[in-house]
Amino acid sequence: MKKAVTTGSSSQTLFSYAGSVSSSSMNHLLELAENKLNKEPTKKYIRKKVFGILVETVQNAYHHLDRPRSEEKHTSVKFRLEKDLQNYTVIAGNPVKNNKVDALKSVIDRFNSMSIPELKQYYRNRLSRGYATPSPGAGLGFVDIIRKSGKKISYTFKPVDQDYSYFSLQVEVST
Amino acid sequence: MDDFILEATPKTPRLYFSKESGEFEISGRSIPENSIEFYKPVISWLDNYIHEPNHHTLLVIKLEYFNTSSSKCLVEILRRLESLTEQSIVKVKWCYEEEDEDMQESGEDFKEIMKVPIEMVQVRDN
Repeated sequence: MKKAVTTGSSSQTLFSYAGSVSSSSMNHLLELAENKLNKEPTKKYIRKKVFGILVETVQNAYHHLDRPRSEEKHTSVKFRLEKDLQNYTVIAGNPVKNNKVDALKSVIDRFNSMSIPELKQYYRNRLSRGYATPSPGAGLGFVDIIRKSGKKISYTFKPVDQDYSYFSLQVEVST
Repeated sequence: MDDFILEATPKTPRLYFSKESGEFEISGRSIPENSIEFYKPVISWLDNYIHEPNHHTLLVIKLEYFNTSSSKCLVEILRRLESLTEQSIVKVKWCYEEEDEDMQESGEDFKEIMKVPIEMVQVRDN
């Protein structure tokens, strides 16, 4: 009789952060992540990919986080790096205003629906403008993440209250 | 004009821009939270350099990591060099480690969108 193979059970958390978002806490977090990754027996360029994706997600949260007035537990940012036999998984979460949810969803859906060559073209077009034009949110960051991971971004929005939702995204990198 | 030299930090690259030799280098990692602020001084320096450039200008870019906001600043730097091509022979070398497809791909992104010649240089993993 064949045994069921459950790879999911071998998932391991390399690091996890939940708390406030400040320049120094983000630096600390990235330093911690990098130290963990450097101990991984994976090829250097895979570790670089994972770290690069983490940098984008962490800085994205830092720049675009909507900070609710009341410092409640559910309003903090969360970052987690997991690995199983096939993948490293970067999970990032932060609160966003409800009135931004639809726009954010449509941006990610649009990038998720594009092929890698289409994303490359889009990235190049946007990049060629330099910083002269105002950048609407995290557009290029998401494109960069999908190009690096080669996979779509999974996301959820969980309503927090009448003003805020909690946005979580998940990206995988094959080991 | 003086050379523009800034040592590397864990989040920002070494910037070595020598007016005397016309040799420039950006190396290390470029992941500052505010890239525009970080690159502003060197871009102003280049704005002066392009008024009285050397006959030869070489920029070596050897980055381990860079974030998307830094990539926009790199475009701005390359633009400055692009405007020089009549007064100075400009060369850009984009270094990437073998196996690092992402960094190679990034170099190709710049090569595709910039008019200034960018040479792709594969370097040994260190």
